[in-house]
Amino acid sequence: MALYLVKRLFAALIIMLLVVFFTFVIFFQLSPDPAASICGQTCTPERIEAIRYQLGLNEPFFTQFFTFLAAIFVGRDYGSGASAVHCNAPCIGYSFQTNQDVLQGIIDRLPVSVTIAVGAAVLWLLSGVAAGVISAVKEGTWWDKGAMMFALAGISLPNYFVALVLQYLLVVQLQWLPFPTVVPFTDSPVQWFQAYLMPWMVLALMYASMYARLTRTNVIDTLGENFMRTARAKGLGRGAVLIRHGLRPSLTPIVTLLGVDFATLLGGALITETVFGLNGVGRYAYDAIAVNDQPVIMGVTLVAAFAVIIANIVVDLLYRLLDPRVRVSSS
Amino acid sequence: MTASLSNQVEEFGRPDPGEDFSPGAGALKRILGKPSVILSLGFLVFIVLLAIFAPLITQLSGYSPYEFDEGAVDPALGGLPRGPLGGISADHWMGVEPQNGRDIFARIAYGARVSMLIGIGATAITMIIGVVMGVIAGFLGGFVDAAISRVMDFLMAFPALIFMIAILSALPQGNRPLLLVLVLSLFSWPATARVIRGQTLSLKNREFVEAAKTSGAGWVPLVFREVLPNLSGTIVVMATLAVPTFIATEAGLSFLGVGITPPDPSWGQMIASAVTWYSSDPMFFAIPGMFLFLTVLSFTVLGDNLQKIWAGGL
Repeated sequence: MALYLVKRLFAALIIMLLVVFFTFVIFFQLSPDPAASICGQTCTPERIEAIRYQLGLNEPFFTQFFTFLAAIFVGRDYGSGASAVHCNAPCIGYSFQTNQDVLQGIIDRLPVSVTIAVGAAVLWLLSGVAAGVISAVKEGTWWDKGAMMFALAGISLPNYFVALVLQYLLVVQLQWLPFPTVVPFTDSPVQWFQAYLMPWMVLALMYASMYARLTRTNVIDTLGENFMRTARAKGLGRGAVLIRHGLRPSLTPIVTLLGVDFATLLGGALITETVFGLNGVGRYAYDAIAVNDQPVIMGVTLVAAFAVIIANIVVDLLYRLLDPRVRVSSS
Repeated sequence: MTASLSNQVEEFGRPDPGEDFSPGAGALKRILGKPSVILSLGFLVFIVLLAIFAPLITQLSGYSPYEFDEGAVDPALGGLPRGPLGGISADHWMGVEPQNGRDIFARIAYGARVSMLIGIGATAITMIIGVVMGVIAGFLGGFVDAAISRVMDFLMAFPALIFMIAILSALPQGNRPLLLVLVLSLFSWPATARVIRGQTLSLKNREFVEAAKTSGAGWVPLVFREVLPNLSGTIVVMATLAVPTFIATEAGLSFLGVGITPPDPSWGQMIASAVTWYSSDPMFFAIPGMFLFLTVLSFTVLGDNLQKIWAGGL
């Protein structure tokens, strides 16, 4: 077990290194000169040179790469002498546009992304799993057909389109909700809830549809297993068999999926955040892309990749805890 | 967007390798009798014809997708289309865009070209790379398998959407559709390769492959004669399910402003420009939205049904 964990962490480290390397190549080799874009329109060649020196952009590629890498662990200094700026570890640089610490920028926006992810996950887990289990138990009935048709539509609807339809119906036509404006929870819990309700619904519709389809398939598979027949033969009722023996093997894959989907949302529900004007991590990246703010784009990419990689490890460990069959076959 | 492809593949990746993958003609006939399948096929044929004949059709309808028609919008209302339902009339079959009065039907037709071209192009490249890599990894095993699997792990751990947006915004304008196809394929082939690898692994140890091997066949003929024909069902199903995810992702990227560059139309980009008008001119987002939704849905319905045949569910 310990050996397995060490191996996984080592593999994760290598993948992270590769992610850093490739993001670095793309942003520093392919995109337009950042020094020129920072300097703006009234700019002299000397000024561009000074900026390049300050940011270390005059160094060879690999020197820049290793400086960037080292900064994550030990921090770095920008410029030299009296004008030097120290960036504490873990340092992933400063925004070219606002000069704000990128990591701080991400941390500031993380609560919004976490709120979106948690609320949506609760909604889609409850509705998706429930719909999937009921559909599986009532396989072939009108309920099953209806729910699966709904789920099929759910996975086919682009979420920005759903966002516009919801906003048009709930805000403009029916006026059940005010135009969403984000306020801190402590100021007005009601307004806070109203601001997040539509983003939750939009994301939950998509994921709940996927989860309902997957849950249904899994439960149907499990219902056909021998151990289920044995449990029935022992005299347990249909419902009791399903709850005591059927749910655990059917829902284990859902747990693993949830981990990765949740982590992906932490890296920013880019489209949803943008459409609803929520200032989360995804929106941060989106705004940065519009003005070619490379350190921010790199920072968000790295943090998002980190979240997904960590989630994958956690999920695999959880899988071993939850599913005895995996434990037996691996030992 | 990209998550859904791998999930669908996940659901699919379970047919028992011991089963025969080839469907009977009866099963095919049975799904062709389902109303949902007939409707989906009908809609897709309509969209494909619309895409292929877009230049001819727009000559018939009278407006090109780039042509401004100031007479169709009302400057007194801030440029809203004249007439009800976003200006739908005998002249403009699906209304006009607010402000500049471009014909929405013409833009939908040309947008269908973009969606189909990118959806099918990216699927073709993804399937080719995915199948080649998956078969090689599964069949050769050992070091080659380890290397390919690590590359796949690496690409699948990437936050693909953010990365695609970043690459597309960093790259020069150039040939936008081609660029989109390449970027979409780059992040999608591992999902295909993983499933193909798994099935190749299980096929490799089946009797008929063993038999061919003992009779002295080299690995190339083995792959082409014994393995690939048995993977064809999986490939058809995965391809059918990949097209809609690519169409949706292209629309999403164009919606975010890094896909197809204006003035060329794309459904996603049309929805994006409708965002500021959503309360006063809802038809402007509803029309491209419905086209996008129905196209994605139709492909998914087809893929689902094909999958049921091959998985032996029908």
